[in-house]
Amino acid sequence: MMTFRQAQWNEPLIIERSTEGAVGFSLPSPGRPPVDVPAELLRKKRPRLPEVAETEVIRHYIRLSQENYGVDLGIYPLGSCTMKYNPKVLDRIVATPKIQDLHPMQDAGSVQGILRILYELSEWLAEIVGLTKVSLQPAAGAHGEFAGAMIIRAFHKQNGDLEKRDEIIVPDSAHGTNPASATMAGFKVVEIPSNREGCVDVDALRASLSHRTAGLMLTNPNTLGIFEADILEIARLVHEAGGLLYYDGANLNAMLGKAKPGHTGFDIVHINIHKTFGTPHGGGGPGSGPIAVSKKLEGFLPIPTVERDGDRYYLDFNRPNSIGKIRGFWGNSSVLLRAYAYILMMGRDGLEEVAEVSVLNANYLAKKLSQVRGLELPFPHKIRKHEFVLSAAKMAQETGVTAADLSKRLLDFGVHAPTVYFPLIVDEAMMIEPTETVSKQELDQFIAAFSKASAEAYTNPDVVKNAPYSTAVTRIDEAKASHPKTMQLTWKQKSEKV
Amino acid sequence: MSEPHPYIPNSARRTKEEMLRELEVRDVGVLFGDIPESIRKNSVLHLPPARSEMETKLKVEDLLSRNLSTRDVVSFLGGGVWPHYVPAAVDEIVSRSEFLTSYTPYQTEISQGMLQALFEYQSMIAELMGMEFANSSLYDWATALGEAARMASRVTGRDEFLVPHYVQPDRIQTLKTFCEPAKIRVVEVEQDKRTGAILDGDLQQKINSKTAGVYLENPSYLGFFEAGAKRIGDIAHQKGALFIIGADPTSLGLFASPGELGADIAIGEGQPLGNHMNYGGPLLGLFACSGERLLRQMPGRLIGETTTRDGSSKAFTMILQTREQHIRREKATSNICTNEALCALAAATYLSLMGPLGLERLGNAILANSTYTMRKLEELDGLKVPLFEAQHFKEFCVGFDSTGIETSLVNARLLERGIQGGICLHSQFPELGQSALYCVTECHAREDIDRLVAAIREILGER
Repeated sequence: MMTFRQAQWNEPLIIERSTEGAVGFSLPSPGRPPVDVPAELLRKKRPRLPEVAETEVIRHYIRLSQENYGVDLGIYPLGSCTMKYNPKVLDRIVATPKIQDLHPMQDAGSVQGILRILYELSEWLAEIVGLTKVSLQPAAGAHGEFAGAMIIRAFHKQNGDLEKRDEIIVPDSAHGTNPASATMAGFKVVEIPSNREGCVDVDALRASLSHRTAGLMLTNPNTLGIFEADILEIARLVHEAGGLLYYDGANLNAMLGKAKPGHTGFDIVHINIHKTFGTPHGGGGPGSGPIAVSKKLEGFLPIPTVERDGDRYYLDFNRPNSIGKIRGFWGNSSVLLRAYAYILMMGRDGLEEVAEVSVLNANYLAKKLSQVRGLELPFPHKIRKHEFVLSAAKMAQETGVTAADLSKRLLDFGVHAPTVYFPLIVDEAMMIEPTETVSKQELDQFIAAFSKASAEAYTNPDVVKNAPYSTAVTRIDEAKASHPKTMQLTWKQKSEKV
Repeated sequence: MSEPHPYIPNSARRTKEEMLRELEVRDVGVLFGDIPESIRKNSVLHLPPARSEMETKLKVEDLLSRNLSTRDVVSFLGGGVWPHYVPAAVDEIVSRSEFLTSYTPYQTEISQGMLQALFEYQSMIAELMGMEFANSSLYDWATALGEAARMASRVTGRDEFLVPHYVQPDRIQTLKTFCEPAKIRVVEVEQDKRTGAILDGDLQQKINSKTAGVYLENPSYLGFFEAGAKRIGDIAHQKGALFIIGADPTSLGLFASPGELGADIAIGEGQPLGNHMNYGGPLLGLFACSGERLLRQMPGRLIGETTTRDGSSKAFTMILQTREQHIRREKATSNICTNEALCALAAATYLSLMGPLGLERLGNAILANSTYTMRKLEELDGLKVPLFEAQHFKEFCVGFDSTGIETSLVNARLLERGIQGGICLHSQFPELGQSALYCVTECHAREDIDRLVAAIREILGER
């Protein structure tokens, strides 16, 4: 097994590196006399910002980078997050003034290159998900969900139905963003239970459907990594009840070239560019969450859309039925540019290979990890797609070591931990998505790390309960962090509380 | 596909076979056997075939070469995304793959670097805004405004939101999209035609016991300051409404912070803080507030400082997660999950480099350059510069009405001369006539400005 020891700099806050008079900037001299500004408009109190030289700033943040784990260091199997390798050429492609120094309000004639890229990307995404038209604007998956839910709203409004259609159905295994987005769009959320197969309980769905149903939000494969085999029946039922089907694209990776959500009855799909199309997650963002819709919903897409007229590309604002604007300007263009290059490079065969190997890796890992003592794979006879969920309930019961403890111990072996305690329908859940970009050797190391942690749990549980030891800091006091008396969100608050 | 792929290690045939054997499965197709055949058979992707890395790079570079960037033309576009210099040190930090390829720091102990950087970001934004708390980012200014209105409504239990007339159209429209399903009514307050100041009379008439929040921007979309900001805040507070200010962070080294003006919530666009324009995205939504009552209603992730359990060292972690969608689901304060963390890291690095002195200098440089441009354009016959009689920063309106020439034509002629003129305002605010919004920052050299003035003089002479 590899050994791992993360840097432990105990790096002070950048403000604590401050020395009066030090500067890290280099600005051109204005060469013109300063302008008089009415005193009442001026700032009275200087902001307490660091005064540090550039050298210090670089060392500070490089040290912090060493206290951070990324995909480039090893497996990062957060379930539903699709932490795949981000091809280096994409970093190079976006590092040019030809995208960095473009202003969104430029004359269309001066941005034909990027408009064409965005147009073609829209076409490709529509093809991949089996729908007809795309908006690239949403900044992230949840933002796409909000836009999609607003489209559901607009659709029923157009039909004069919105007053009574006020419910969105979500399964209990759904991502938390689904109910949150539906609520933001003004809907009531109806949660339905999963069946004993880990899938949508069709009877429960049938019972929940009514004249109040505006739509159903679904992830397929679901968060257990299981393909909803009844999807065609589900779609039929929802449509018959007058609702629309929304596809949460967080788990699209396994479906590339294997199943198009649009062909299984979905009316609206969001696509997490940062998951499926190889763009980096940036420590939490930026991502990009385009939405695709079926023919009848095209008119509702947010403004503007990217259109083509012969050889000319342009932004179309003249869309009277649109839900309107959902953000400033047109989308996370540099992220979308990466996705364009990624799809261009992978091509149709490469994308299908992505789906196949991501599923192969997940099933391999699921089988091996379910053999580790104390771990169980719920719904064991089902084939998994891109991810799977283990339960550490048995281990917790037998040793007192929880999924949280286990995840912390894994960090000591130089691997990132799975998503824990999600989905909510599995006890002591550990949700694992290896992606297609890890090697078998890495998967085997990951399995070895789990096995070692399990062996420790049964022989010396305290080792696991007090983990981690090899990370920048040891186990964190979370309760103290959120307690009103000790909570500190800024360095100002820190200096006042100390 | 039989060819092994560079990003898919297990695509090598022998590995794949070995893994399939372990699974006791004949071929990969079996793993997709749970998808009904009727769905699978229509799943072929009609996409171009794969290309090599080199071919891809050349193709994309060729397409991008058709764009004219602000390096190719001198641009005076702003209005929500602005040209500012990005120090090399910022680009260096955000390209560190430990940051770039990580995700939301769910596993805190192994993600301290990003967590500490985001804590520092929150601290700096709070300082800059003069507020108690800042979150660790929203998507952009427009969505921050939408979230602010919804938050004001939650906090006050009221359902009207007052905004000035002259707000960037994207921002107003996004606000309305966010407000409509929450049944919050967006009410516009008139501004003085001469000074742009919010009309007291109109405000007094529209504010009432249903008003959740009063919003203003300093400087405004059109570049002028609202001199009566503090008074407007007092009026809002007297009526039990929250006071929300939108600010351009590059102005805050010089000009009064939202906190000093009495804001309860401060928002803005963080793109100028070390983030490239990137054709309008990704951007960085700044969001700050004061008071614990408001903190509990904040959208977005919050990072807090704590210690390790054994108390041996300081440590950072996500806090108050019970506000968020992954815990609270339909009762969350927002649906946001993926945010703009890397842009926040850029902002933290940028602000660390600038410090208080750098920001003050930056503010002065922008003020000097934009004032110089205004004065030079003012000398031209028939132009009204600035359109509003007030203190301006970075941006100002140029009125072409007396020249009889349309701004779109001015821009077309400017572009022929290698200059991108300001945003035409006619379609956004017809009452402003033929006018355009010009943006001048520290990036504009004196020669750029003089070229613009000479070009407009020429164009006006051609009438």
